[in-house]
Amino acid sequence: MDNGAAVTVRGLRKSYRDVTAVDGIDLDIGHGEVFALLGPNGAGKTTTVEILEGFRRRDGGTAEVLGHDPARGSRAWRARIGIVLQLASTGPELTVLEMVRHFASFYPVPRPAREVIDLVGLADKASSRISRLSGGQTRRLDVALGIVGQPELLFLDEPTTGFDPEARRQFWDLIRNLRGDGTTILLTTHYLDEAEALADRIAVIAAGRIVASGDPASLGGRDAAAARVSWDAPGQTTRTTVQTATPTRLVAELAREFGGEVPGLTVTRPTLEDIYLDLISEARP
Amino acid sequence: MTERREPAEVGKSGTAAILAATQQAAQPAAQQAAQPAARPTTKPPGTQQATALPGVWRLGIASGALEVKAFFRDKMAVAFIFGLPSILLVLLGSIFGGQAAAHGVTVGQLFTAGMIAGGIMSTSFQYLAISIATERENGMLKRLSGTPMPRAAYFAGKFVQVLMCTVAETVLLMAVGIIFYHLHLPTSPGRWWTFAWVFLLGSATCALLGIAASSVPRSAASAAPVITLPFTVLNFISGVYVPFNDIPHWMQVLGSFFPLKWMAQGMRSVFLPTGADALETAHAWEHGRTALVLVIWLAAGLVLCAKTFRWQSRN
Repeated sequence: MDNGAAVTVRGLRKSYRDVTAVDGIDLDIGHGEVFALLGPNGAGKTTTVEILEGFRRRDGGTAEVLGHDPARGSRAWRARIGIVLQLASTGPELTVLEMVRHFASFYPVPRPAREVIDLVGLADKASSRISRLSGGQTRRLDVALGIVGQPELLFLDEPTTGFDPEARRQFWDLIRNLRGDGTTILLTTHYLDEAEALADRIAVIAAGRIVASGDPASLGGRDAAAARVSWDAPGQTTRTTVQTATPTRLVAELAREFGGEVPGLTVTRPTLEDIYLDLISEARP
Repeated sequence: MTERREPAEVGKSGTAAILAATQQAAQPAAQQAAQPAARPTTKPPGTQQATALPGVWRLGIASGALEVKAFFRDKMAVAFIFGLPSILLVLLGSIFGGQAAAHGVTVGQLFTAGMIAGGIMSTSFQYLAISIATERENGMLKRLSGTPMPRAAYFAGKFVQVLMCTVAETVLLMAVGIIFYHLHLPTSPGRWWTFAWVFLLGSATCALLGIAASSVPRSAASAAPVITLPFTVLNFISGVYVPFNDIPHWMQVLGSFFPLKWMAQGMRSVFLPTGADALETAHAWEHGRTALVLVIWLAAGLVLCAKTFRWQSRN
């Protein structure tokens, strides 16, 4: 049934009263791919993801997740997806191990509970009550509950918001492990470095539309964008900067001109952040 | 039970588990993608029907047992849901217990019978309404609805939990009545039959109404006061905190529209001595009318649950 893409979306639409949240989105996510959906708050990221998770109904378009319409997701379909949601810290009076075991019992082939707890780095908190976990530990539990069923497709909506830098790095390693395991991952994030570090492909969403998509290196024409070559020309107080599509040729010319080292030479391309901010500002009405 | 699929992992040390997880992660993606439902390293040997989804009853009973555990660990639930009726029974019985009602009935017996009804509603209606509202507002319900857990298993678990806690609550109140107020356990099968149907019909009705009422509070923080205030008023007008004959007529009329008054009356018919029906406002136990009122509320509760239950917060 789903020998094609893991996720296929065509012309997806969703409005809340008079506000159009999602305005005709197309997406294709391949099996085993880590796909990042980037965009500012209110761009339609969460609405799109919640439609694909089966939490919201779409107004128009088609959506197929692992070969099924998410609006009519069966138990068997739910057993193949994992959703990481943020739970408030006021959980029931259960321990981490009890909670993970409880969720594991819903799935036909769960990961062993202790293995999942180790995987998210909560091994020493396995017998702590959920209500006594710190914010960061609660988020790790969220991830544990999302992956305990060995999902083929994992949804992560802004998973590292509120993480300290070390926790983010550990989380990234976990995502890479899951990817190595063959898990397809749909990630939404505000953090460009996160998308660049994890994603095979990125789509930028703004005002309910996809404004660009591609791999992190070529998104929005990043690879083809003009490079900036700067150097300290003798006798001038400011640096000389030239934008060029052929930086190598320019550097070679400069090297000949200077007869060796070019003083203060730098060659830069736009960062993902430069590209992203351009895309977002173009999409603003 | 062969369903618990965690062989030997309990004894495995943390590092060994991480190692196993890393090895698993290092497997080629193609192999995983080809057989997503049966990954060799994590599927323990001897597991049959690896792709079968767990059954509703097994999950319902397991989650009910877990909820009972969570209930008795929750200080709020133990103090205000489970303990309060017994504390009030001791207080009220001690303050007013000196007075004899009539027909060989003591005020202590009257309070015990009423408080058993109040206790049933406390562990069913009050607890379910507060705890489900909290689960909805903190995202637990949404999270559960995103898993392959059958939705019926959630409700089955709640009913198992309510049944266990309500039985325990009733036993506790009966013990307080026996120890302090010369409560006599019924000896005739007829009275035990009355007890059984009033208990079951009453707790089922109150549980359904609790599930329905859980949609009223708009936040986890407001759940307890929003549910507890009307429940407290209901206890006063239903003959639980004050003998039914002692409250004004208009309160008696108002109380008669709700199930708690009838549950209390039913419990009085079980625990009070023969002839005590003369003390009732209708001078009879009115079992038929009690059953009718409870069945009507049961049906109303079912309809309300079906119409109002949401797995996600409105916020």
